[in-house]
Amino acid sequence: MTDANMLLEMKSINKSFSGVPVLKQVNFSVREGEVHALIGENGAGKSTLIKILSGAYTRDSGDILLRGKEVHVSHPLDAQRLGISVIYQEFSLVPQLNGAENIFLGRWPEKPKGWVDWGKLVDEAAHILRQMNVSIDMTVPVRTLSVAHRQMIEIARALSFHAKIIVMDEPTSSLTDKEIDTLFQLIRELKRQGVTIIYISHRLDESFGIADRVTVMKDGMITGVSDVSGVIKSTLIRLMVGRDIQDLYPRRTSKVGELILEVKHLTRKGVVQDVSFSIRAGEILGFAGLVGAGRTETMRAIFGADRLDSGEIYVRGKMVRINSPADAIKARIALAPEDRRSQGLVTCLTVAENITLANMSSVSRGYGVISRKLDREKAEQYIHDLDIRTLGPQQRVRNLSGGNQQKVVLAKLLNTKADLFIFDEPTRGIDVGSKAEIYQLMGRLAEAGAGVIMVSCELPEILGMSDRIFVMHGGRIVAEVLPNEATEEKILTYAVGGASE
Amino acid sequence: MKKEQTALGLGARSDHRTVYVRLFGVLERYGVVLALVLLVSIAGALQPIFLRPSNVINVLRQVSITGILAIGMTFVILNCGIDLSVGSIVGLTGMLAIMFQPHGLVVSIGSALAVGTLVGVANGYGVANGIVPFIMTLASLTAVRGIAFMVSDGRPVMGASDAYAWIGGGYVVGIPVPVLILGLILFAAYFILERTTFGRSVYAVGGNEEAARLAGINLTRNRICVYGISGLLSGLAGVVLTARMTSCDPAVGILFELDAIAATVIGGTSMFGGEGKVTRTVIGALIMGVLANVMNLMNISPYPQQVVKGLIILWAVLMDKFKQR
Repeated sequence: MTDANMLLEMKSINKSFSGVPVLKQVNFSVREGEVHALIGENGAGKSTLIKILSGAYTRDSGDILLRGKEVHVSHPLDAQRLGISVIYQEFSLVPQLNGAENIFLGRWPEKPKGWVDWGKLVDEAAHILRQMNVSIDMTVPVRTLSVAHRQMIEIARALSFHAKIIVMDEPTSSLTDKEIDTLFQLIRELKRQGVTIIYISHRLDESFGIADRVTVMKDGMITGVSDVSGVIKSTLIRLMVGRDIQDLYPRRTSKVGELILEVKHLTRKGVVQDVSFSIRAGEILGFAGLVGAGRTETMRAIFGADRLDSGEIYVRGKMVRINSPADAIKARIALAPEDRRSQGLVTCLTVAENITLANMSSVSRGYGVISRKLDREKAEQYIHDLDIRTLGPQQRVRNLSGGNQQKVVLAKLLNTKADLFIFDEPTRGIDVGSKAEIYQLMGRLAEAGAGVIMVSCELPEILGMSDRIFVMHGGRIVAEVLPNEATEEKILTYAVGGASE
Repeated sequence: MKKEQTALGLGARSDHRTVYVRLFGVLERYGVVLALVLLVSIAGALQPIFLRPSNVINVLRQVSITGILAIGMTFVILNCGIDLSVGSIVGLTGMLAIMFQPHGLVVSIGSALAVGTLVGVANGYGVANGIVPFIMTLASLTAVRGIAFMVSDGRPVMGASDAYAWIGGGYVVGIPVPVLILGLILFAAYFILERTTFGRSVYAVGGNEEAARLAGINLTRNRICVYGISGLLSGLAGVVLTARMTSCDPAVGILFELDAIAATVIGGTSMFGGEGKVTRTVIGALIMGVLANVMNLMNISPYPQQVVKGLIILWAVLMDKFKQR
C-alpha cells in the first residue's frame, strides 16, 4: 500500500547484530513536509533505524522508498545524494575550523589553480544562515561556540546539501530551555520552507511541542503511529514501555542516622565556591542547578577526581584528606560519574571486569591474584540483583544498551561497599523502565543506611527522590529547600540566581 | 567514528543466538592460531625441510628475542601506549652484560636487568606525567643508544664465559635455553595479565584511562610498572641476545622495537589499548619467524621478504578493523 503523500517509506526492515535482532519487520513512513517524531526508550532501535536510512548500517532485509520509488542506500554518500541528512548527537565538525569552513567541509569553493575562494565561502555560508534566520559568528573556530550554535552549523551543513529530509537524533539532549526554543523556531522555519524533519527523542513533552505525527518504537518494533493532535500522553507511554508507569519514585521509610559526611568551605578556584553541607545515614540529598553551576565539580572534588584548593572533608566525624579517587573509595565514598561511557565504564572490557574494577580485592583471595570463581559469582550476583540484561558476565559492556550500561556502573559502585553514594545524572539518556529501577535502588540504599547524593538536571526526579534539596548557582549553594515546600519554579528561580536564601 | 551501540541483550535469549555469538568469539580468539597453522602447513608442503625438528628448533630460537620483547610491548600497547626504546635498551644492556662478565654472572645479568628496568621506569614516569608515550620513548630510544655507544667507546666487545654462553646456546631436555626463557616469560605474563588485579588494571587503564582512575586505580604506579616490565624484558632480551652471539656491538638491537610492535599487532592487540592477549602476541612473533624462515629456505632475497612482512602487518591491522565492526 503506497500512499501518494508519503515522501519516505521504510518497509519490513530487519537488522541483527551478532545474531541478535534489533529491528523486526519495521515499517516506518514519513509524509512530505511534516515534522515526524520517532520516540521510544533507549535501545528500542530508533538510532539503528536511522543509521540504516543514512547508510551508516546496511539492513539485513527490507526496502527503502523515496516518493514511491525504491532507492539504494548503502553508504552515507548515497543518502546525501538523495537529500537525506542526519544530525547525530555527537557532532561531526572539525573543532579547529570556523563555521563557514565546516559547513562546506571538503567542498570549499575554488579559484583557478586550486586556491580557496574565501570570499565566496563566507558569502555562501552567510546565505544559508540567513535562510535559517539565525546569526552565528562564522569567523571563530567552532570549538569556541556553544553546543547550540554548533548544532546550528550542523543543520546549515545539511541544508548546504539541499537536504529534503533532515533527521535529528536527540537534538535537545545538551541544550538549555532557551536554546531548545531557538531550535524549535528553526525547525518550524525549515518546515515552512518544505523540509521534512524526522525528530528522534525519548522525551515525550518535547516531541509533543514540535511534531505533527509520531511513531513509537519498542524493542525493535513499531508499536504505534499517530497524529499528535488527538493522542493522549499516557497512551504513548504505554506504547513505549509496554506498561503504565506509576510510583516511579519509591516510598521510603528510612530513618535518619549518624552523620556520614560533612564538608566545609570546599573551594576549587573558579568552579566551586565555599560549599558546605552534610549528609546523614538514610538521607537522599538532591543537588539541583543549571549546567555549569558547580554541582559535578563539587562532587568530583569530594571524590578526589579533581584537586581542591581549600576546604575540609569529614567522614563519620573524622577529617580525611582525599587526594585521589582511591582515597575516596577507601573512605567508603562511591561516585557514579556524569558520563558513563567516558568516565564510568571501560567499554572494551567485560561486564564482570567492569563490575569488580573499583574493588578488585573483592574477587581476590590474596596476593593480587584474581579468583575466577569469585569473579564469576560476584558478577552473576549483581547481574541478577540489578536485572542487568546481558548474555553473561563475559559479554563486553559496549554491546549493552544505555540503561544496562548504567546498571553495570551501579553494580561497580555497590561492590565497593561504600556507605556514601554520589550519583551524577544517573538517569541521563536512560529509558523510563531503567529509570524506575535506578530510583528503587537509590531508595533501597538509603533504607539500608547509606547516604545518597543525587545530582540531576531533571527537577521532577530531584523533587521525587530527595529528602533535602540543595540548589547551586555560580559554584555556590544558594538555597536549601525541603521537597514538600519546593516547586519546580522555586528551584529554578534559585538556580538562575534570581534569589538567595 | 564512535563504536556502535547495539541492543544486544534486549529481548529474550535463545540458544541459536548464543551459538552465533560463540562462533564469532571463537574466530576472534583463534583466528591468529588458525593463520599460524595454515602457514605452517603451507610451509611444510612447499619445503619439507621446514618441518625437520632441527629447523623447527632453529625457528623457535630465532623467534625468542622478538617474542620476549613483544611480550613487554603487549603490556605497553594494552595500556594504550607504545615503547620505542626497547631496541636501544637491548643494545645498552647487552653491552653492560658482556662488559661486566669478569665480575661474575650475577653482576653482569643483574646489571643488565636493573638498567633495563630503570629505563622502563623512567619511561613510565614520564608517560604518567603527561608526556606522550611515542615522544617519551623516542627520547629514550635516542638517549639510551647514545649511552650504549658511550660505555663501549663505540667498539664491539667480545667474549663470554661458558656459563654465559650457555644462556644463548645451551639446551635443557632438548629445548634451547632462549626458547625456555621465552616460555617461562610467556607463562608469567599470561598469569599476570589474566589472573591478577594488576593485569586487569593494565587493560582498564588502556581501555579507558579516566574510568580506571575514577575506579581508584593509581595511574602513575600502573604506568611505571607497565613500562618497567617492558624495560626489564628488554634487558633480558639483551642478555639472551649477547649470550647467543657471545659478543656485543653498541649498534645491536636497532629497529627491534618495530618487530616487537609488529608481532603484537599481528597477534591482534588493539593499538587503542584495552584489547588483546599476550599468547596471541607470541603467535604473532611465530608467524613472522616462520615466514622469514620459509622464505630463507626458498632462497628468497631479503628485499622481497621485507615487502611480505609489511603486507602481513597490514593484513593484521585490517583484520582488527574488520573485528571492530
